Amino acid sequence: MRYREALNAALREEMERDERVMLMGEDIGVFNGAFKVTAGLLDAFGERRVRDTPISENTIVGMGVGAAMTGLRPVVELMTINFSLLAFDQIVNHAAHIRYMFGGQVEVPLVVRMPQGAGHQLGPTHSHCLEALFLHVPGLLVAVPSTPADAKGLLKAAIRDDNPVIFIEHEYLYGQRGEVPESGDDVAEFGHAAIRRAGDDVTVVGISRMAITAEQAAETLWEEHEIAAEVIDPRTLRPLDLDTILASVRRTNRCVIVEEGWPHGGVGANLAALVQEQAFDDLDAPIARVTGADLPMPYSKPLEQIAFPHEPQVVDAVLATCRGA
Amino acid sequence: MAELHPLPEPGIARDWLATMLLIRRFEERAGEMYAKAKVGGFLHLAIGEEATIVGTARALRDSDYLVSTYRSHGHTLARGSEPGRVMAELFGREDGLCRGRGGSMHMFDLERRFMGGYGIVGGNLPLAAGMALRADYLGDDDVTVCTFGDGASNQGTFGETMNLAALWKLPVVFQVTNNQFGMGTALARHSAVTDLRLKGESFGVPGLSCDGMDVADTHAVMGEAICIAREERRPMLVEALTYRFRGHSMADPEEYRTKEQVEEWRARDPVETFGARLVEEGVVRAEEREALDSEALAAVDAAVAFADASPFPAPESLYDDVYVLGDLVRGWYSVDERSAGVHRGEDERRMARDAPEA
Repeated sequence: MRYREALNAALREEMERDERVMLMGEDIGVFNGAFKVTAGLLDAFGERRVRDTPISENTIVGMGVGAAMTGLRPVVELMTINFSLLAFDQIVNHAAHIRYMFGGQVEVPLVVRMPQGAGHQLGPTHSHCLEALFLHVPGLLVAVPSTPADAKGLLKAAIRDDNPVIFIEHEYLYGQRGEVPESGDDVAEFGHAAIRRAGDDVTVVGISRMAITAEQAAETLWEEHEIAAEVIDPRTLRPLDLDTILASVRRTNRCVIVEEGWPHGGVGANLAALVQEQAFDDLDAPIARVTGADLPMPYSKPLEQIAFPHEPQVVDAVLATCRGA
Repeated sequence: MAELHPLPEPGIARDWLATMLLIRRFEERAGEMYAKAKVGGFLHLAIGEEATIVGTARALRDSDYLVSTYRSHGHTLARGSEPGRVMAELFGREDGLCRGRGGSMHMFDLERRFMGGYGIVGGNLPLAAGMALRADYLGDDDVTVCTFGDGASNQGTFGETMNLAALWKLPVVFQVTNNQFGMGTALARHSAVTDLRLKGESFGVPGLSCDGMDVADTHAVMGEAICIAREERRPMLVEALTYRFRGHSMADPEEYRTKEQVEEWRARDPVETFGARLVEEGVVRAEEREALDSEALAAVDAAVAFADASPFPAPESLYDDVYVLGDLVRGWYSVDERSAGVHRGEDERRMARDAPEA
């Protein structure tokens, strides 16, 4: 099953399961979704539950918050993560804060889904990876699934949970295939990292699409350098399964973090701080980060391709980490 | 002067006066408490806007929703929140409506369907439309009323929400409380269209206007708009023309308006004029009017005593309610924990999960 089909199945199953689940977003209905994630859902559930919206990101997210506060379980699709910046007010000031600032009187069971990522030459306003912005905000849960199975399991869990969830998909991954459990109850837990490949020499943490890139690099590292990399995909950034990462680092004594987003204030910057605070004595080398380039995403293909990490950069970073000790 | 709107039956008229007096006395006392540093942060008082607040709140059914702004004490009081709990919120105490987490700008009382004060200008409009969407989705006939100021009518969310509410035929009434200033910027200096009724029309939201200094007129016009929203399933916009007698917040030297203008509007004091009218028309006796004011003062005295007696929230409650604990969040995950071990709350949850079924 492809990643986009897995997401579609999750939405379909949860809508069948719970009448309160409804979808809002730009071109999710008649058009079937900009990335076809919602294909067929309008036909299946009708206009009451699958709502095409005007191009008004801040307001559709805000309406999702209001509807969630009063008993619905809305899933809002934003066409790309860059557009979520128009809705940042509602996401941060309202979705994330309402439960706390009103003393726990209400819950906001809202899911905001959106894709991120470079590789399609969409230039500086449609290609970024902004999970670090959402990771920054207490009150939000943040999921970054990299496989079809996780896409389905985590989305189902997100819809069933009573917290606001930022669900970050990846444009490159939509067409990727993978095994997906058929059962309607295959709900994945947040806060449980996946060990994609076991190894004793170095811990490589990959975020979102970079979990796939890290796995490819690990294959090369073993084949060509006999370095056994343990590849960890955190799957969710809030809550973060730091325990699994620390346990691995305590065994391998080396850590490389791979992300597509910007380096400053990034997921890797945060994770490196957490790891060195809690496993400093176990580290034999500085924690290395492989990140997207520190610039707006360029359009031109050769420039775009060197502006986000690929397998060779990960291999190089691991080799430097292993040899530097 | 335009002809006054007829009065409702005496019991109702007395309740309106009593509620306006309560808000007035509460706000005056809140200002004093701010001066005494019992209240921190920003304090936005609604003195002068009582008729708009009470006329609006009384046009709602108990099951309807009311959404307000950062000037929200009056709205929650009018919905029936206990004054002591409102004052305790201002004092930042555990018994405050929001356990001291929200403060003056973020009152909330779910039980009374007072759905919140919000600190972001214009940020509350989409929320209200979302609440109306819920009513539409579930097929009940509860209406949501969303108040906001003249300044908020310039925010992007205003146009976005008008369009969506009209497009989806949502049962929501938007009330622009036109107190004639967006903070310190006069209406004509911040809005090209100053007849605010008209600002919804191009989006398909018809506008009405009411005299926000007259509780009876506000009640009548809001009642009409709410009735249309409830029965015809479509949004309405109502402009209530009013005036705040105090500054935008307590930190406002009021250099943007003249004392004469303030005095002119004070002559139309909504609490004074309505009280005087009730005496004049024989609905209450002068002594009764005095007694209602004394009751309001006593209620506010009691509110201050209640707030003073309430403890500050315990430091260990700092992280309460950041998340709903459940399957996804089993305990408090934060870098503050500095530990890879068990996080706070997780042990309890594990024990609950492992306990044999009763």
